[in-house]
Amino acid sequence: MGTLSESESRRVVAAAGVLVSDWGVASDPESASIEARGLGFPVAVKLCGTGIAHKTERGLVRLTLTSAHEVELAGAELLAAATPEDGEVELIISSMVSGNRELIAGLVWDDSFGPCVMLGVGGVLAEAVADVAFRLAPLDRLDAHELIGDLDAQALLGPFRGEPTVDREALVDTLCALGSLALDETIRSIDLNPLIISDGRAVAVDALVELADQT
Amino acid sequence: MAADLTPLFNPRGVIVTGVSSHPGKFGFVTLHNILTCGYEGPVFAIGREAGTVLDRPVLASIDEVPEGSADLLVVCTPVSVNEDILVSAAARGVKAVFVAAGGYSESGPEGIAAEASLVSLAEQLGLVLAGPNGQGVVSTPVGLCAQIVAPWPPRGRIGVASQSGNLVSAFLNLAGQTGIGISRSVSAGNAAATGLVDYLEWFADDPETDVALCYIEGLPDGRNFFERVRHVSAVMPVVVIKGGATSGGQRAAASHTGSLASDDRIFSGMARQAGLLRAPTIEAAFDAAATFATQPLPSGDRVVVLTTAGGWGVIAADAVTAHPDLTLTTLPEDLFASIDEMLPPRWSRNNPVDLAGGETRDTIPDLLHLVAGHPAVDSVLQLGLGIQGNTAALTRDGPFYPDHGLERIVGYHDRQERRYAEAAADASTDYSKPVLVASELATARPDNPMVGAVRESGQLCYTSADRAVAALGHVTRYASWLRSRP
Repeated sequence: MGTLSESESRRVVAAAGVLVSDWGVASDPESASIEARGLGFPVAVKLCGTGIAHKTERGLVRLTLTSAHEVELAGAELLAAATPEDGEVELIISSMVSGNRELIAGLVWDDSFGPCVMLGVGGVLAEAVADVAFRLAPLDRLDAHELIGDLDAQALLGPFRGEPTVDREALVDTLCALGSLALDETIRSIDLNPLIISDGRAVAVDALVELADQT
Repeated sequence: MAADLTPLFNPRGVIVTGVSSHPGKFGFVTLHNILTCGYEGPVFAIGREAGTVLDRPVLASIDEVPEGSADLLVVCTPVSVNEDILVSAAARGVKAVFVAAGGYSESGPEGIAAEASLVSLAEQLGLVLAGPNGQGVVSTPVGLCAQIVAPWPPRGRIGVASQSGNLVSAFLNLAGQTGIGISRSVSAGNAAATGLVDYLEWFADDPETDVALCYIEGLPDGRNFFERVRHVSAVMPVVVIKGGATSGGQRAAASHTGSLASDDRIFSGMARQAGLLRAPTIEAAFDAAATFATQPLPSGDRVVVLTTAGGWGVIAADAVTAHPDLTLTTLPEDLFASIDEMLPPRWSRNNPVDLAGGETRDTIPDLLHLVAGHPAVDSVLQLGLGIQGNTAALTRDGPFYPDHGLERIVGYHDRQERRYAEAAADASTDYSKPVLVASELATARPDNPMVGAVRESGQLCYTSADRAVAALGHVTRYASWLRSRP
């Protein structure tokens, strides 16, 4: 079971209707800095390739870069860190999304129920909090609203530390988009981790599509 | 496609195999139960010993059964002979088979092969195959108790389908205790050919059944279950208790029915999506099913609690407030004014409406009608009845009765309790809203005249406010699910 690279994964989920952070790709540090200027600073730069599923663990993510110079430097370092097993690699430059709240969402496979849409509270405490709920995919807007309503931490979805209440309709768009991708038989699972709540909107700042076994 | 299970639940006649004179054997017990509970169709006993069992001739072979006289075959014979029995039965016009016998997929590789072979034979012969390794089937409208165990429940509107026979017994026992009866029940056993959702689909079309009550341990094809059961929910509420919600329960389920567990949160999400009403305990599941069977669906979530005394009301207010599907509604101004006119000023002036002991002869019936009749109230919970009946019981058993005017007051108390219970049932019928009565006397003193009158009215007397609120939550959630999915 292979995975798509982050850029391919972003294309797939964005085409379905998932809200993802603004982004571009570059094959060298100079074009990375041009992309960054186009997006506006600060940006994140990541090394991306079909063989790279766990960027953070390998230190292949540079966050909050504030100048073209920093982007070029980071781009050069990341390309140099690529190993032969990573295959074809490129740089992803994406806008930094700021917000105090994080969610996780995805499409997961259950042996009995098949594809399910998952939504959970994200962030560093996510595993300890274990506030996660599911619906079978595909799902309609009402199901998606009820899925959001199943989270225990409803207070997290209201006005929070000076940030506005979460735009549930926009989150429903993302959840329904994930659900619709269940109809694509080439896809086994999808991880959107994290979705950062920015100005009330849940924006995916990373995406990972896992492919189904082609048997 | 829903299988036609009519010959299983409404057979023209029944054949039992494996009948012997030993009163401890399944064949004997099944025959006994069928003959004891009022089934009026012809019953045929098949066994190896000639003679009679329970005054009934034992036939050596199904071939002796007149053609077309029995729709249902109950198999209590061992694996080795059952395929031949199915062939003979089909030739005599049998349409459905309940295989109570074990020795199939639950017992190892040979059993798995025998079960697969039985399934394909039944399919070839066009037989409905229930079980194997199941406890049996009950159908109260036709007096059929084709079970290897007791009990025989009162007739009612609840259809039970279970992946465990002893859960069927538990629900039938609760039906007997509460008087809220059963229409059909079946233990799916190994569910080799006929599974839970097949039974649920048939219940949905069954004019005798208003609500399904279901024990689920594992769903090998959960997706298929979901796609079909959501259509059942659109027609009939389906109350579910799920075994194996925790890792400990999942290990137990794996050794019981071999079911592999999904993440319990996926099951919960599926249940919400399909409109299933999931209850955490046997009691809560039965309460919910009994409520669907006996109360109208509410139009909304606004609950008013009525109580004769304080503490009960406070506990109930907590339970309603904590329930995600219910609202402890603020009393509408006009209703407040009408209540204020009716009661002495010490009443609670709030929801819960606490009479604080200020009631006179007609207060409780009048208040029930006033509140249930208000358009901004969707359901009513009545607490604190039975006090007068309880007092009457102590008085009647005491040394001073019937002198000192005690006979008269005891009679008055008892009559009042009956009036209260009847008023609650009438208010529910008149305004087509749930009106629930809760009191621990339901089990502590089932001889209380209030408890007896609630039962006679066909309603459930809930044993606590908490249990009533949980049940009300299920009917309110289901009504909302139906409204939101046209």
